[in-house]
Amino acid sequence: MNVVMFYLLSAIILIFSLLSITTRKILRAAVYLLFVLVATSGFYFLLNYEFMAAVQLTLYAGGIVVLIIFSILLTSHISHKFKHPALLNLLMGAGVAVIGAGVALYIIFNEKFTANGQPELPVDMTAIGTQLLSTEKNGYVLPFELISVLLLAAIIAAIVIAKKGKQEEKES
Amino acid sequence: MIQGIPIYHFLVVSTLMFFIGVCGFIIRRNLITMLMAVELILNSVNINFVVFNRYLYPDQLQGHFFSLFIVGIAAAEAAVAIALIINIYRRINNIEVENVNEMKF
Amino acid sequence: MTGFEYTILIPLIPLAIFLITGLLGMKWKPAVSGILGTAGMGTSFLLSVITAISYFFGGHGEAGFSPIIPANITWLKLTETLHIKMGVLLDPISVMMLVVITTVSFMVHIYSLGYMKGEKGFARFYAFLSLFSFSMLGLVLATNIFQMYIFWELVGVSSFLLIGFYYEKPSAVAASKKAFIVTRFADLGFLIGILILSFITGTFDFDQLTNPQASVFGGAASLGFMGISAMTWAMVLIFIGGAGKSAMFPLHIWLPDAMEGPTPVSALIHAATMVVAGVFLVARMFPVFHFQAPDALEVVAWVGGFTSLFAAVIAITQFDIKRVLAFSTLSQLGYMMLALGVSGYGGEEGLGYMASMFHLFTHAMFKALLFLGAGSIIHAVHSNYMYDMGGLRKYMPITHITFLIACLTIAGVPPLSGFFSKDEILVAAFNHNKILFGIEYLVAGLTAFYMFRLYFNVFWGKDRHYHHTPHESPLTMSIPLMFLAVASVFAGFLPFSELVTSDAKPFETEMHLMIAVPSVLIGLVGIFFAWLLYKKESRVPDAIAAKFGILYKATYNKFYFDEIYLFVTKKIIFNYISRPVAWFDRHIIDGFMVGIGLVTEKTSYLIKGMQSGQLQHYAFAFVAGTLALVLSILYFL
Repeated sequence: MNVVMFYLLSAIILIFSLLSITTRKILRAAVYLLFVLVATSGFYFLLNYEFMAAVQLTLYAGGIVVLIIFSILLTSHISHKFKHPALLNLLMGAGVAVIGAGVALYIIFNEKFTANGQPELPVDMTAIGTQLLSTEKNGYVLPFELISVLLLAAIIAAIVIAKKGKQEEKES
Repeated sequence: MIQGIPIYHFLVVSTLMFFIGVCGFIIRRNLITMLMAVELILNSVNINFVVFNRYLYPDQLQGHFFSLFIVGIAAAEAAVAIALIINIYRRINNIEVENVNEMKF
Repeated sequence: MTGFEYTILIPLIPLAIFLITGLLGMKWKPAVSGILGTAGMGTSFLLSVITAISYFFGGHGEAGFSPIIPANITWLKLTETLHIKMGVLLDPISVMMLVVITTVSFMVHIYSLGYMKGEKGFARFYAFLSLFSFSMLGLVLATNIFQMYIFWELVGVSSFLLIGFYYEKPSAVAASKKAFIVTRFADLGFLIGILILSFITGTFDFDQLTNPQASVFGGAASLGFMGISAMTWAMVLIFIGGAGKSAMFPLHIWLPDAMEGPTPVSALIHAATMVVAGVFLVARMFPVFHFQAPDALEVVAWVGGFTSLFAAVIAITQFDIKRVLAFSTLSQLGYMMLALGVSGYGGEEGLGYMASMFHLFTHAMFKALLFLGAGSIIHAVHSNYMYDMGGLRKYMPITHITFLIACLTIAGVPPLSGFFSKDEILVAAFNHNKILFGIEYLVAGLTAFYMFRLYFNVFWGKDRHYHHTPHESPLTMSIPLMFLAVASVFAGFLPFSELVTSDAKPFETEMHLMIAVPSVLIGLVGIFFAWLLYKKESRVPDAIAAKFGILYKATYNKFYFDEIYLFVTKKIIFNYISRPVAWFDRHIIDGFMVGIGLVTEKTSYLIKGMQSGQLQHYAFAFVAGTLALVLSILYFL
């Protein structure tokens, strides 16, 4: 069952990733991206990381994709079809992607991954919450704080960048 | 870990996804679709983290947490990027990446 | 024995005055700066006199006057043993120099109140005077040779500033540059000498260097260069530094030109204090010279002797009264150097050392007096040249009397101070080397002759047509004259041999009639000839000059030394060394540097097209580069 699910999800991810970068309609690209993200959260479910999967669904699928769709609606016409990509870019992109994937896979298959053999830690919300705000060993309060500062900065930056300048306001 | 699925399969998926993202970043002309390609790249990295965590160090949660943080960073990056894109759109009325080249030298 | 801590104030007061007047002087009335400077110098003068009295008359032990170091701080720590310190060292010669410097400086400060009145840059003048006094006091009080070197250069700078005081006059600018470059050139020798010395001994401190039982010279004997021991080299190089400051032949060329500065400056710097710094340096290092490098001491003696003769001959033919005095200074400095060169160490043997210091002291007094008198004359007549003067005795009685006293003193007429000090130098020379004695004996006569030639020309002879009647100088100028005249008369009675000696132990001197009587006689002969030739206007001197022809012309032109230097520097060094070097620098070195810049600029201009501004090209370059790196790592590892 799990094996079937895995290959199904893998197929969804790869196909829709490819589609999302090749489709010539922008809204479709966004939707394909959504499929990819949802399938990824399926991976997390498979791996028994339910919290991670939930975050992936809400933040990525729910948040970021909606954000992207809104910006698409603000800046583009839905019916607009993209031009074909420039030939040079196409060659460059395909080239590095193929060679890069080859190299990476070559490295991966030459590596022996060995598990450390410890028993699995049950991942429940209590454990995650405790570790996230812990200062003990395996505590992640410092990156947590860093991320919060980064988010604050990002919020402020986004507001400052996106708001209209004073002169533009007068004109409009 | 999942019975019957070796770690290599996950890694193949995430690697392919990563390079699809790279390819997309290079070939798409529209800034928003480029942003989507970036999201693909980030997502593939996330999968890697989580898989390594589950397969190699099941008694810890490091990969898990880093994936969480990466999701946070991706959200922040998307917010700023979209703000920038909207600003660019206001100025030049399109979001084609070829036209954003005034600061070259 | 302490209680001398206040001596540190003696140099610090002029420094403070320099800073205050230098920074704020422009905002005040000029007179304020003058009075402030004079008051500060007066305080230093009083402190110095108190120091001298309590040092010399506070009693001394069996070993004579021991050096006292009231203050000494470590300034730079080079190695564990080699330190550079800053401090105050009191011993007989430094205390004597304190008195000389502060006395003359104080007198010059007072004198300048009158002489410089109404000049542009009055406050600047006083600031520089204070700077000079500070540097000179720091020099004599130095506890180690490096501190001395620092103040030595400071003295050079302030001398440069003061010679170039009238910086709008091209000749003054040229003279100040000349003085600075020549002395700077000599200081290079001094610095190298210091480095060699400290390399051998591992110390800069005088109390270790000048200790007769010094153990610091342990490794000196084995070192040598070109068959001459390293110590001799070091001491000769140090002497070159001293010779530059003291204008010894052949580095004398700057001193006559330095007379472009205001006359009080000439009196202070180029007669009484700075130019004796070289003598002081040799005296300070005397035990090192005597015990470690007697050959260098011989060099000192001969250079001194030759300079004194050479300068005396030139002095006879000069018409600019300040230049006559300048050459006279050279000649007298030669005397002092010679006395040091012929001296032994300790007791009667050290007579030359004592005589040199004695002559330094008396010379400071009467030469300052002569210069200030000359300044007074110039102030009245507005000319530097003898042929513009004559018969001034009626108009300027005080200047006349004091000038006469000074001339008699320098001519060595008893019982004035010059007689005693010169006599002792002659005795020391006689005991050491008969040829040097002969030179000095001749110079004594020449000295009397040229001084009285000056005297008769200026104060006797025919009245000239003055633009306005010359008048006696104001009180601020005549008081220092009178004070210095009194000092010149009575300084000879100081029991110098009991105070300042080579080993700091007192000894008795006696009159050597065999030498004193002939020396007085030759002085009188010189005066007589001067009286004969110059008392009345006559054609005889011109006739004599015409007889000597070429010799006279050569002497009048100072034996063409300036021209020789100019020829060597301009024609030879500039053309054959400097120009090729400059060309090499401008075209090869600079060209290389400019070339690098140009190539970078051109290249970046050419390749800037690669910056397409296309984000995706950059991304491609980034990914492709990363892949290339990864592949190369995979391939090579």
